[in-house]
This record gives sequence, C-alpha cells and structure tokens, in this order.
Amino acid sequence: MSDLVHITIDGKSIQAEKGRNLVQVAKENGIFIPSLCYYEHIEPPLGTCRVCTSKINGKYAPACTEKVREGLTVEVNTPDLNDTRKALVEMMFAEGNHICPACEKSGNCDLQHMGYELGISNTRFQHLFKDRLIDFNPQRMIMEHNRCIKCLRCVVDVKTDEGKTVFNYQNRGNETYVGIDYEQEAKLTEEQAVNAMHICPTGAIIVRGVSLSAPFGERKFDMESVQENFNKKKPGLRKREPVMSKKIVATVSLAGCFGCHMSLLDIDTELLDMVELVSFDKSPLTDFKHFTSRCHLGIIEGGVCNSENIETLRKFREQCDILVSLGECAIWGGLPSMRNSIPLSECLEEAYLNSATSEAGAHVVPYHEDLPKILDRVYACNEIVKIDYHIPGCPPDANHIWKTVKNILWGEEYSILYSEFKYD
Amino acid sequence: MTEPMRTHMMDRLWELQLANGYIRDEDIKNLSDEFNLSSIEIEGVVSFYHFFHRKPTGKYTIYLNNSIVADHKGFQRVKETFERETGATFGSVDRTGTFGLFLTPCIGLSDHEPSALINFHPFTHLNAIRVKDTISALRRGLDVDMLCDSPSDNLRYAPAPGSVFFKSFEPGMVLEKASVLGSDGILDEMKKAELSGRGGAYYPTWKKWLAAKNAQGDTRYVVCNADEGEPGTFKDRVLMNTRPETLLEGMLLCGYTIQAPHGIIYLRGEYRWLLPKLQAAIDKYREAGLLGKDCGGIKGFDFDIRVQMGAGSYVCGEETALLESLEGKRGEPRTKWFFPVEKGYLQQPTVINNVETFCAAARIIEMGSEAWCQLGIPGSPGVKLLSVSGDCKLPGIYEIEWGMTVAELLELCEADDPMYIQISGPSGECISIKDKYRRISMLDLLARKDIRSGGSIMVFNKSRDLVKVLLNFSEFFKSESCGICTPCRAGNFIIQRKLERLDLGLANEKDLEELKNWGMIMKNTSRCGLGKTATNSLIFAMDKFSDYFKARLDKDYNGLNLKFDLEAATEAYEQYKN
Ligand SMILES: Cc1cc2nc3c(=O)[nH]c(=O)nc-3n(C[C@H](O)[C@H](O)[C@H](O)COP(=O)(O)O)c2cc1C
Ligand code: SF4
Ligand code: SF4
Ligand code: SF4
Ligand code: FES
Repeated sequence: MSDLVHITIDGKSIQAEKGRNLVQVAKENGIFIPSLCYYEHIEPPLGTCRVCTSKINGKYAPACTEKVREGLTVEVNTPDLNDTRKALVEMMFAEGNHICPACEKSGNCDLQHMGYELGISNTRFQHLFKDRLIDFNPQRMIMEHNRCIKCLRCVVDVKTDEGKTVFNYQNRGNETYVGIDYEQEAKLTEEQAVNAMHICPTGAIIVRGVSLSAPFGERKFDMESVQENFNKKKPGLRKREPVMSKKIVATVSLAGCFGCHMSLLDIDTELLDMVELVSFDKSPLTDFKHFTSRCHLGIIEGGVCNSENIETLRKFREQCDILVSLGECAIWGGLPSMRNSIPLSECLEEAYLNSATSEAGAHVVPYHEDLPKILDRVYACNEIVKIDYHIPGCPPDANHIWKTVKNILWGEEYSILYSEFKYD
Repeated sequence: MTEPMRTHMMDRLWELQLANGYIRDEDIKNLSDEFNLSSIEIEGVVSFYHFFHRKPTGKYTIYLNNSIVADHKGFQRVKETFERETGATFGSVDRTGTFGLFLTPCIGLSDHEPSALINFHPFTHLNAIRVKDTISALRRGLDVDMLCDSPSDNLRYAPAPGSVFFKSFEPGMVLEKASVLGSDGILDEMKKAELSGRGGAYYPTWKKWLAAKNAQGDTRYVVCNADEGEPGTFKDRVLMNTRPETLLEGMLLCGYTIQAPHGIIYLRGEYRWLLPKLQAAIDKYREAGLLGKDCGGIKGFDFDIRVQMGAGSYVCGEETALLESLEGKRGEPRTKWFFPVEKGYLQQPTVINNVETFCAAARIIEMGSEAWCQLGIPGSPGVKLLSVSGDCKLPGIYEIEWGMTVAELLELCEADDPMYIQISGPSGECISIKDKYRRISMLDLLARKDIRSGGSIMVFNKSRDLVKVLLNFSEFFKSESCGICTPCRAGNFIIQRKLERLDLGLANEKDLEELKNWGMIMKNTSRCGLGKTATNSLIFAMDKFSDYFKARLDKDYNGLNLKFDLEAATEAYEQYKN
C-alpha cells in the first residue's frame, strides 16, 4: 500500500516509505546521522543547527530537511563531512559561554553529548565571549542565554493552552537570543514548563526547584555512546615504536586551579610506572623554578591571564619539543574566562574597591612594576604559542591523561573510552 | 481569498514607528491584543528590522550609509560632522530628542555617495558643509521634503540601437499582446529569449512561471522582489523611478500566464521615498482599467497589485525570507522543505521575481523575442542593467549587451586606475584588473572565462586597502545575518575576528588557510544564500591576490610563537598605574 523507495546511505541500500524524514530512516537502519535541532515530532523540521549536513545526491544539504525519494544517494560518514559537523558544534561552543562543570544539564545535554560523539577535544575557533545575561525574571523559569544554541525547538513547540508562543527569537545576526514572554510563561502548567526544559537540548531553560541533576555518572550521556563503534572509529594518533626510554617532562599551572595537576596524580598504581618512565623537570611536582634541560614534553594547565603567564608559556614552547594543553582552561580559557565578557576595569573594581570586605578609600587596585600585568581577557594557550595536542576535561580524566601522554611519548596504542572522554 | 490579519503586521508597525518615532510599550501590548499573539512574538518582529525601534529615534531620524563605496567617498568626515552638528552620537538621540543618528548598510544610492536618509528622504553627495547647512536648516524648522534631493538616475550607457529598458512605454500594450499569445505563447517567448532571474540566481523565468502555473493551490500570487539590498546595486531604484509601468505590466503578464489574481511589490524600507511614484503608477493603471477587474478588457482576468514596505533587512531579499516578512513575521529564510512555486506566500503557489526580471519580461513581449535575441551574444541574449560605482568618473546605470568585456565597461565609466573590481556586490566575487578582458555574460560560470554579473560593479583603485574592504563586507554580513542557522550566525562573527587579526598584522599562513577552510564550511552548510555567499569575496580575493595577503602576515613567525600585541592587551590595566 505504502510507496516504497530505494535509497543508498554510505553504500548501504535501504528501502523506506516515500516522503519520510531521512534522519529518521537512517536511524531505523542503524546509521547515525548526528543532529541537534531535529526533534521527531516537529514538522516541518527546524533545520537550524546544520549539524546533520550530509552529501545528498552529491550536494551538501542538511539530512533533517530531506524527504526520502527514489534513488536518493546519501553520504554521511566521510572525513570531510565529519570535520564539517565537528566545526559546526565547535562553533556553538565558541559562540556560547559553556561552562559545563557549572551547568545543571551536564551529562544530560545534547550539545555536550554531540561533542563527545564527534570526538571534539578543542574548538578550532577562538571563543567569542559575548556578554550575555541570565534572565531571572520569569516566575518559574530561568533563561540561561549563555547556553542557548538557537535551535528553535522551544519557539515552535512550547505553547500555552491558548496556543500562544512563550519563546521567540529577538534581534538578529550574532545578537540573536531567545526571549521569553513573562506573561505567557506564568500561564504554563507545571508539566508544560518541565517539558520546555526537557525539549531544550542544552541547559538554557531551567525550571526553578526542579532538579535536573542525577548524580554524575548516572546521567543520560555519561557512560555510553549511541554509536556502536565509538572507540573503533576514533582516529588514533600516529603509532611509533614502543621503546619505553625515559623521557623528561615539564608541567606548569598558569591561570588554572591545579585541578588538572591533581587529576594527573590520580592514576593510582600507574604512578609507579610513571616514575620509572618519566623524570620531571620544571614543575610544581619538583618545585624546580627554572628549566634544567630541554624537555620532551611540556604540559600546560590553565589559560593566560597576565604578562608573566605569557613569558612562562613562551619559555615552555622554547624548551619543550611537544606542548600539550591540559584541561579546558588551557584549551580555551575555561572558568577564569568567565571574566572575558566583562570589561577588566569592572572586574578589578568589583574585586578590590567595591567588594563587601573593602573599606572606602583604603583599597586600591594593586599595581607595581614587579607584579605581572593583568591582560584585558584570559587567552587560550594556542593564541600565544603553537600547541600540539589538547586533552579536554575539567579536569580531564586521569586515565585519559596518562593514555594520551603514553601515546605521545612512546607511541603506545591509544583508545580513550567514551566514559573517559569528558568535559566536566 | 482575503489575506489573514497577520499580514498587516508590517504596515501597523510602520504606522506606529512613523507616528511616534518608536514602538512604545503600550503599542506592543495593544498589538498583542489586536493580533492575538504573545508580546514576545511582536517584540521578535520589531527587533528583527533595522527601522523599527523600541526607543525614541528623534524628531529627525538620520540613517547614514556606511557601505564601502561611501567609506571611500568621505563617509568618515560626514559622520563626524553629523555628530558635531547634532550633538548626538551614532546609535543614539541627542539630549533634546531632536536628532537621532544611525548607521545603515547601502541605501541604494552608491552613485551619489556619501548619502543618508533623513526621515526616509534621500540626501546625497554629502560633505561637511552640506551636513552643516542641512542640520541648521532643520533646526530653523524647514521641512525635510523641501531640503532633500531627488537623486538623478545617471543613465550612462545604452546599446547602439537605443535603450531597451528606458525607451518610452505605452501602458496596456504588453497585456494586449499577451492576450493574443496566451499563456503557452508567453512562456514560449520567455524561453526563446532565455530570460533568467535578474535577482542574481539566474533561474530560467519560464520554468519558474510554468511550475507555479502547474502547482495546486486555492489561489496564486505574483511577488516582485524590490528589496535591492546588495550593496552597490541601484538598478531597480532607477527602473522604478523612471519606468514603473513596465514593472506593473511585467507583473500583469506573469499574473495572466499563471492565472494569479494577486500581485505584491515588496519595496525595501530604504526606498520609501519611491513609494508615492509607485503608488501613483498603480492608481493610474487602475483608472485605466489595466488593474482590477477584467484587466485590459480581458474577460475574467482580475489582477491587482499592492505595495508592501520592508523595514531594513538585507536578508528579506532572499525569496523565502521575503515571504515570511510579507506574512508579518521575522524575515528568516525557510528551509527547502517546500519551494515557493509549490507553497509560497500563505502556503499558495507563488512566483517571486526581481524588478528587472519583470521589466525585461514586459519588454520581451513588447519587442518580441526575436528582436531581443538580436542583442547580446549567442547563449546569452539581450541586455542587462549594471549599477556602476566606486572609483570612476561616471557612476550610474549601464545598460549593456551581454558580452561586453570588463575592460570596455571600465573605459566607459572612466575608471580611475582600477585594481580590484567587485562583481555583484559583497556576495559576488572580487576580480583583478588582470581579468579585464573577461566578458560579462550568463555563460560559463564554471569555466571561469566569462563573468556572470548580478546588478552591481564596484571599482576600487590601487590606493584602496583590500583587507579593509573585506572587513566592511564582513561587518555587513555579520549584522545582516538573520541568525537562525549556526554557520552564518557564528561564522560571520568568527571570520570578522580573524580578519581583524590579519588587518593588525598578527596573522600567519595558518590563519589564511583557516579563513579559507572556514569560509568553505559556511558555504556548504548555511541555510540560505546569505551565509553561503558571505565568504565568496574573501575566498576569491585570497586566490587572486595571494601575494597581497602574504605581505600582510607576521614576518617573524617561526612556527611556534604567535605574535601577540601585549601593549593593546595591557592597556586597560595600565590605567591603575599611579
Ligand atoms: C541574502 C539574499 C539577498 C537577496 N536579495 C535580493 C534582492 O534584493 N533583490 C532580488 O531581486 N533578489 C534578491 N535575492 C535573490 C532572491 O532570493 C531570488 O532569487 C530572486 O528574487 C528571484 O527572482 P529572479 O528569478 O527574478 O532573480 C537575494 C538572495 C539572497 C540569498
Ligand atoms: S552541559 Fe551543555 S548547555 Fe551546559 S554548559 Fe555544557 S554544553 Fe553548555
Ligand atoms: S532555549 Fe533551548 S530549546 Fe530554545 S532555542 Fe535555545 S537551545 Fe533551543
Ligand atoms: S545563512 Fe544566515 S541569513 Fe541565511 S538562514 Fe542562515 S543565518 Fe539566516
Ligand atoms: S539536525 Fe538538521 S539542521 Fe539541525
């Protein structure tokens, strides 16, 4: 009765009912087309995030706005397309201000999840640090504009009983944000409000008092990939001869919290291996203040927030063959970069002049020739020097760090489990 | 079929904006009741359009054009003079609430730069003295419409046998011929004349009309795209100013062909000053029985035209964004789930064509496809209007036969030591003077022999800084992006940051490579033409002028240390030195 058509996805022939959504058809046939804004019951599909971009009959097009028809040939998993998708998700991270460790949705977040699935370890784009507000005005909700990816789901899908919209885009271009109507929001039932929070793929819509947080490790995307062959698919680094000669490593914490260093020590019994294989030069672990020799590897924790950080980082670049950014702060600024969307003078005056503990007239913003100069914003390490590798996480998982280091130094086989590859 | 309430949204917002200088809180409340929509939805529409404001814009609202051509013609000084004379800074209103100053992208007067709109009346060829005089005259209470200019058409060139587009025109003639030819005959003429879309996409007009004719619907619509937003383009302005009848007749022709009873002209807000003229032409047509019932005496052919004003948004020139705007919504391009000829305005089959396309269609029927095909070159018959501006003595409209070379055109307009030529505006391509022997035609887009030009040619001489030109374009796309899809919303911002690095001499080879790659990603993934073409000029320029770009790079780059401007980064902190 139904109209069956034949299509090909990545060389696999598939029969499907004519006119159905391509993403859906692919999914039913075990092919994962990454998507973010796509939401099964919303029609016409939103087509806003573009993460599902594939090659359809040879042309780039989003899969989620494609109806299957006879002879359709689709490419999904090619290096070029995977890189393009990665770039799009990286854009979302670079565009918003995503501090996963401080986010209610972490572990349940579609955006974060897509980052894991695509194996993003750093964004190729400099983060934009646009100043965005958090709207606490609605009665029941909080709008966290830093996290919204403008997927349109809430705009199209959340309606009051009278059929009125509650959310709508405001402004345009990179000023676009999703505004919430206070009057209509108040009319939503508890269930409708919670539903709005759930359809939001990120942590942008929060309903007060409704806790999102299951404990870490028990959230939706914590442990398992939706792709069967997640670990097989991950591109390993170059494999070298596993001659385990002793290597010299230096580490430093710039604008970081030492959390990454703590994580480094968290590898339990492997610490003993490590001591055998690695000698530390300049590092908080040895307390050497200066380099005593050239190093095979430099590990940088933290971003760059003052002039001294720049000097130190440049010194590391000079002295180390390979430089690794360890953790979110080193990779793009991380938590300290929360100040990046606020002018420096406001930050300093808030901290030194107007804070609760400062007495009027008694405090000044410290400035002395011997003190490092504070930069206008926190910079990622790769804005100052070339960085060879990035190990993501806040902090990165200890096993992830050790596996990566072993791979870099001795070319040891490398497979990071999905559960070890985390931003939070 | 009557149009639903929501389609009056733009008109209502214009009324309120013009009456009070802004849309007040109580207006939002009232509109929300009137349209039975949530306030946030109304606010969403208001905040989308450049000419709708939520704060007062002054008794005199001044929009100064900041396009690249204006920039090269003295924009900066004019801008400073406006600020000094009015006491306001751009983006705000002076303390007395008299003058509001705003920047706006190209207002379609590139042959008269620097130019501005004051209460939507054109002021052209501005300089410091003119600005001073104008502001003082306004302070003395003189009327804006007494002080403003009526920009000349600057018709500079037409083919030897005489102009096709601008020769005199007898209303009703085309319709008369059309009724003899019949629907199929008209489509056949369009096909023979190889008329294709003049809005830039060059889609064959007959195919579009035929598809709409064959589509199922309760009714059909003919929409004219008079949004002319591509910087450097002003040919539609001149067509509507001199020969509005040919536009009406072209729309009638289409209406007759596809059996549509409704015509709508979507006129860009910047051209509000053309509205009286256009409206007068429509009224005259109605009086003459050429619009309304049984148009031109053709029994059963009812067709009428109304004008819908846009409100300052480049992306609304994209056909599906235009439809959204017509429906009273934010001008966000639709997905490709449906095409306008299937489900367009109000989900009915709709033909959308550019002003020049309709005018050309009328002229083709008037003169016959055979005569049309005598002009131009094989495979690219007929004539094309080009808006020429920039570094040349004779900016204006050039009606060329397809096949003219860039060199001939540069000679005609008396270009001044040209170096780069920007074809089809920022979304087009940037060519080098070395390419001047390429022909301008509809052919050979891929072989890169001919150049397929949209409506505009901007000439830049040797003294112009190409990176600054590209930065101007990038700012344009960044602020005109509708914001609905990731690659364009975030990508344009990201590209701009990178170009700034290049401009400051901080970039290295890798940055150039990334610019190109990222530009391609935007091209491949954006929803509409804006994002797809936003990095065109950049990519072309990097190919054509690779030496120029290399010369702008950080010369000390050793592959390890990136250049960093420590002084700029510590400037904010240095103020605490005592
Ligand atoms: C960002 C963008 C802006 C556009 N602006 C215009 C415009 O101002 N005028 C126009 O006629 N077409 C414009 N177009 C092209 C239209 O989408 C459409 O192709 C055209 O109106 C179709 O008419 P035609 O076939 O007669 O060219 C624009 C397209 C894009 C992507
Ligand atoms: S968990 Fe998701 S929404 Fe929250 S900060 Fe991370 S990416 Fe953003
Ligand atoms: S608030 Fe959430 S659902 Fe709404 S557009 Fe933003 S990310 Fe999407
Ligand atoms: S490409 Fe740009 S203008 Fe076009 S739909 Fe996307 S965001 Fe909007
Ligand atoms: S999932 Fe297809 S565009 Fe978002």
